[in-house]
Amino acid sequence: MTQYTSVTDADLSEMLSTIGVGSVDELFADIPSGLRLNRPLSLGPGLSEQEVYEELRALAARSTSAEDEVSFLGAGMYDHYTPALIDSIILRSEFLTPYTPYQPEISQGGLQAMFEYQTAISELTGLPVSNASVYEGPSAVAAAGYVAKNTNNRKRFVISRGVHPHSRECLRTLAHAWEMEVVEAPLRDGATALPELDDGVSAVIVQQPNFLGAIEDLTALAEAAKQTGALTIAACDPLPLALLKTPGECGVDIAVGEGQTLGNRLDFGGPSFGFFAATEALMRRMPGRIAGETKDVDGKRGFVLTLQTREQHIRREKATSNICTAQALNALAGVIYLSWLGRSGIVELVELMLQRTAYARDHLTAIDGITQIHDRAVVREFAIAVDAPVERVIARCREQGINPGYPLARDYPEHSNGLLIAITERRTRADIDRLADALGAAVAAERQTVAAGT
Amino acid sequence: MIAQADDTLTIYERSKAGRRAFLAPETDVPERPLDELLPAQYRRAEPPRLPEVAEPEIVRHYNRLSKRNFDLDTGFYPLGSCTMKHNPKLHERVAGLPGHARVHPLQDPRYAQGALELMWRLQEALGEVAGLPHVSLQPSAGSQGELAGVLLTRALHEDRGERRTKVLTPDTAHGTNPATVTMAGYEVVKVDIDAHGNVDLDDLRSKANDDVACLMLTNPSTLGLFETGIEEIERIVHGVGATLYYDGANLNAIMGISRPGDMGFDIVHFNLHKSFTQPHGGGGPGAGPVAVSDQIEPFLPRPQVVRRESTTNGKEPFYDLDYDRPKSIGRLRGFQGNYGVFVRSYAYIRSLGAAGLLDASETAVLNANYLLALLRRKGVAEYLPVAYDRLCMHEFVLSGEPMRRELHIKTLDMAKRLLDHGVHPPTVYFPLVVEEALMVEPTETETKETLDRFAEIVAEILEEAAEDPEIARAAPYTTPVRRLDEAGAARQPVVRQSMQV
Repeated sequence: MTQYTSVTDADLSEMLSTIGVGSVDELFADIPSGLRLNRPLSLGPGLSEQEVYEELRALAARSTSAEDEVSFLGAGMYDHYTPALIDSIILRSEFLTPYTPYQPEISQGGLQAMFEYQTAISELTGLPVSNASVYEGPSAVAAAGYVAKNTNNRKRFVISRGVHPHSRECLRTLAHAWEMEVVEAPLRDGATALPELDDGVSAVIVQQPNFLGAIEDLTALAEAAKQTGALTIAACDPLPLALLKTPGECGVDIAVGEGQTLGNRLDFGGPSFGFFAATEALMRRMPGRIAGETKDVDGKRGFVLTLQTREQHIRREKATSNICTAQALNALAGVIYLSWLGRSGIVELVELMLQRTAYARDHLTAIDGITQIHDRAVVREFAIAVDAPVERVIARCREQGINPGYPLARDYPEHSNGLLIAITERRTRADIDRLADALGAAVAAERQTVAAGT
Repeated sequence: MIAQADDTLTIYERSKAGRRAFLAPETDVPERPLDELLPAQYRRAEPPRLPEVAEPEIVRHYNRLSKRNFDLDTGFYPLGSCTMKHNPKLHERVAGLPGHARVHPLQDPRYAQGALELMWRLQEALGEVAGLPHVSLQPSAGSQGELAGVLLTRALHEDRGERRTKVLTPDTAHGTNPATVTMAGYEVVKVDIDAHGNVDLDDLRSKANDDVACLMLTNPSTLGLFETGIEEIERIVHGVGATLYYDGANLNAIMGISRPGDMGFDIVHFNLHKSFTQPHGGGGPGAGPVAVSDQIEPFLPRPQVVRRESTTNGKEPFYDLDYDRPKSIGRLRGFQGNYGVFVRSYAYIRSLGAAGLLDASETAVLNANYLLALLRRKGVAEYLPVAYDRLCMHEFVLSGEPMRRELHIKTLDMAKRLLDHGVHPPTVYFPLVVEEALMVEPTETETKETLDRFAEIVAEILEEAAEDPEIARAAPYTTPVRRLDEAGAARQPVVRQSMQV
């Protein structure tokens, strides 16, 4: 017995005799003897709850969290404030512990929440159909690519260099298996410059705002794609969509994105959720669960998983996707968060970020040795270049308890001293002023070092 | 409670213009005109029609919704293949520590040593359970783990200069297997099942050739049976140069007893939300790590968590993310995987240790066989016979076909009547090879009393059906809603709230 099992010695003998065997070992008689492990796994002994807690706490203490520093890291996940009511709801066992709602009569809570979530995503994206969630942002881009491939059977994706590098890499991973070509559209002055498109292009894939923070002209990009019959896929940051022209209005066919910013914690990268919304025409090609409204035999309103004939458990090799377990609990956090923000609150929140980001951008780029990488409109993130080795500049800021942002060099060698800076509502003017001081001092010091060395 | 009818209102229907829960922090910077910061051409005309409600209504709304869900913490949940075992409560506490929950995924590894060490230790532990030395934690769930597995197979063959086009899956496979095969650019070839529920070896031999890339297998199978011919299967599959892939959905039967790597599997995926207690969350999150052999290792997804031994004596090892993997299949998702899930699964492995994991699997198999024995009694077995009359592993499959014929209630009716008894039904109509299938997985965390009671309930429902089949056919009666019109929902889909303008 362990802390999680309940078979006493008396239970055991009764159970074995009911089964008609003499020992537990006999139950494993089908396993060929040569394949029995016959030694303990080398995992050590089990521990008490208190000991496990202490070990996990000690591990937690060895990472620097967003509580331990003033962090301007973003690049796909952001340190937003999550209201207390989210945990109070999603930690309820009725939401935390059920399986996928295959038995709708006893799953109305989860199904209705999915329906409400789908509505919120539909409102944000301006597209009529949202599914109940996919894994997360970058794989959602590849999932959208799969829909495009299966819709028009064309052999090439055009993806903007402004799309998150992880999303681009996910697309490439799968495009290789589909024997499809991936062409990267360059950024010009921070925005996507599409190459000449032809009827071999399955989908044009862009990001809004793009990885360097710039607002893209989605309408023009979608129009260019439509000319050749290609689909337009936009990976969107959901919060800025409160202010931006919706993907639906812009002519986008599929809007996907990372949902972490909607009430989910950073969690070192997951679990969060991905959203996936599309036009009516693509509804039956979409991946994942979709909740739909219906009635019970008494005429009462209820919700079910619908359009299941798209899915793997029914359609098998002809399914629109292999996705099964996704991110229901994280999407629930998302819809609770959006209800908490509400119709006016979401606008106020994004406008606050817009103002503080503008303030930060003005102040930082006024510093000698710091320039902006582009001057396009941004919402909560912008890219600068420092006139000094960026890693050393970051290290100096860290000595002041400031994590100044994400260095661009690995993903954008053309911006070898580039830095991507995110200003969520948690970063105050005082934090931004500290960042400006620290960055200014660090750049000046490094320039001196460089000058002294030459 | 006031206004029972209100229970079905959506959050949008509770909305009233002007109400709010969110108060924005002060705008502490000089405000500039919106047009200057975000030109009008990029802005939407109207804000999204999100709900307008104050905090008390949001809390009450979702709490009421929660009461319309059945959950594992309330009742028995013998949903076959899903491993609905207890979710230890400690896990939410440790996963919520800021040093886990609020670490940014792009934090410099020097400042994320705790998170990376935890991931490395989990990799080591999962590798030991699988009997395969190299683990990637990246895949987000079982289906993405499967996709990783098939893409790894493709990479191996391409590296050898081979081009293969087919993947074999048995008739009993989870739907995710064939869907994954298509998604990874291969053609599915089905393999038959023999009279004992095992893979039909002759059929396998006839279909295995040098055009086959992989055999995807669940062992124990979805029938809850151990593939007794696994050694021969391994010889056949490797004999044609294909890989042997292990779908870890049913790993809960064999932890510490037998290892997929020792059976000859090249690639294994785990469902951390099944065997390793991540709560299912009503449909996720999960995680689907893969463990692989030496020959597959170069192709694992990027980045990989590695431990770099210190070169100077006495210094701590350094945990890092290794991007320098030229043969990698690439990324399957952003960042490093569902870390919050890793925290819970690691806590579980530490809580149980080697002996506890073994106990978990032994007890899972004991509980399943005990429940099966109870259901073999007279009054039950003649209507719900076990599909393959053998000792089972952690789950078993009954056929409701005699019940349908003799008592005129279908498996679906049995499932719906179970709801009235406060029990979650087993998985129904799967696997497809069994008529009117009921797939029962009690898991190790249930007491003998719960299993006894479940067997009694099944017997009662059968007795009741013998008297009057209409009772089960119109069930359930006591649930928040009764049978729902699923066909109508699919015919004219309503997938979002309509808004009155």
